Amino acid sequence: MSPEPVAAADAVATVDASLAPERRDAVRYLLILLPAVLVLLALFVYPLLGIVERSAYTPKTGYTLEYYGQIWRVPVYLHVIGRTFRTSALVTLMCLALGYPLAYLLATLRPRAARLLMIVVVLPFFTSIIVRTYAWMVLLGRNGVVNQYLTRLGLTDTPLPLLYNQGGVLIGMTYVLLPYMVLTVYSVMRGIEPGLIRAAHGLGASRWQAFRRVSLPLSLPGIAGGTLLVFILSLGFFITPALMGGPSDVMIAMLIEREVEFTLNWSFASALAVILLVLTLIGFVGYNRIVRLERVFEAHD
Amino acid sequence: MGEEGQRTGPGAVAVAALAGAVLLFLIAPVVIILIVSFSGADYLRFPPPSLSLRWYQRFFGISAWRQAIGVSTQVALLTMVFATMLGFFASLALVRGRFRGKGAIYAFLLSPMIVPTIITAIGLYFFFARLKATGSILAMALGHTVLALPVVVIIIAATLQGFDVRFEQAALSLGASRFTALRRVTLPLIMPGVLSAALFAFLTSFDELLIPLFLSGVEVQTLTVRVWNSLLLEVDPTIAAVSSFLIGVTITVLGASALLRRHGETPGT
Repeated sequence: MSPEPVAAADAVATVDASLAPERRDAVRYLLILLPAVLVLLALFVYPLLGIVERSAYTPKTGYTLEYYGQIWRVPVYLHVIGRTFRTSALVTLMCLALGYPLAYLLATLRPRAARLLMIVVVLPFFTSIIVRTYAWMVLLGRNGVVNQYLTRLGLTDTPLPLLYNQGGVLIGMTYVLLPYMVLTVYSVMRGIEPGLIRAAHGLGASRWQAFRRVSLPLSLPGIAGGTLLVFILSLGFFITPALMGGPSDVMIAMLIEREVEFTLNWSFASALAVILLVLTLIGFVGYNRIVRLERVFEAHD
Repeated sequence: MGEEGQRTGPGAVAVAALAGAVLLFLIAPVVIILIVSFSGADYLRFPPPSLSLRWYQRFFGISAWRQAIGVSTQVALLTMVFATMLGFFASLALVRGRFRGKGAIYAFLLSPMIVPTIITAIGLYFFFARLKATGSILAMALGHTVLALPVVVIIIAATLQGFDVRFEQAALSLGASRFTALRRVTLPLIMPGVLSAALFAFLTSFDELLIPLFLSGVEVQTLTVRVWNSLLLEVDPTIAAVSSFLIGVTITVLGASALLRRHGETPGT
């Protein structure tokens, strides 16, 4: 699949001789882009296609939709998919409710103060998910920190069940995903022209009116982008629900892992993975439209 | 957005209070784990009744944990080299090149960030199982390269955008070749960004669980896989020490990259 280095050099030489300088540049840049693209094709796209193939083809039966049929027919699997959507929606709402005010506050602070407080958002963001999940297990466990305080304060006699249930999953996932919301909303709010808010005040708007009529509408792309991002990341979550949930809190990703590691039903696992993958990619296309990552590049052209 | 009117109404106070509570929610678990890791007690009590280094002694004293640090470090170093090299040239092409479909290629390079890691992990597991290559450091590093590439591209592309192309044009007009201009002028100036990208590639690999969970063998296990295996059994205080070590690596990378950024701001701006 990959061209030999010699062939590449030849290609450059021929191109150099025959093309206008602009075209030559374009081809040169495409050539240095090639290694990264090829590596992703070989180690990312090809394995993903392998999953798609496995979900719909077995050497014994040939092409089959049997595994997708199983998901549709067996109620347990549809329940898991439904629960995954519900959990993701709740986590997204909680991230928005907690993340928006924080992003707003950070955006109204002086840059130096904002940068200092941003450390509090960024440190957990770059801490391993398994460490962050462990931290909440220590906090919420039967003999965990929260229960120790509740007992000491006399608020409860027996430890409350805070872990290994849906509440635990929601807290853990909200904690892990909150920085994504804060950072997305913040990046949009930082871009809002401060003159617009001053103008609103100058025209007699109260603080609340200025927020509702100027800041809020202009931050909508941040809300939409952050919401979509957190939602699609939640759909595929594995580590946190696996460690913090109970037997009835299984999500799609956990089902996939179980089928691969224990049931060894790779084809069925692949069918589940394809469904999750398609949902995620639809979300990603939407995200790209709203936050438009490529605009960053167009601005520099 | 800058500051607005001087009046602080009840609404503004409520927003500030809520935002403060959210900041506390974000930082408290990290701080509590750091404190608990120095506990002298047999189980996780907070605040700890006494301080000691016993959990760190257990962590660094058991050879399986030490081996895991070694495996994680090797995988992360390889990932760092692969992802930084690939990502540097890709970013250069994406920021400087003029060709169609740039937005789509950029989105493609970032897509491993969005696709659930569990799917990438099982895809690579099927792929390497067929090649009988699971359980190897190289396989894990290649898997992590896929995940670290988007991080590198984002950081280096942002650095290149802040770079003044006139420096390079000056070198070219003085007779330097494209390659010389890149090597002698552009690269030294964007070096802080490249190094910071490399650090984050290292961190991405060092912190990641799912790829090694599927690709590691019984003997070759990363730190995160060991943490995972022991968490399935019990909430052992040794894990607080391991976690604090991982948090320490994160703080080191964030600190180093902040220093690099400050260093990098002087020229070219």
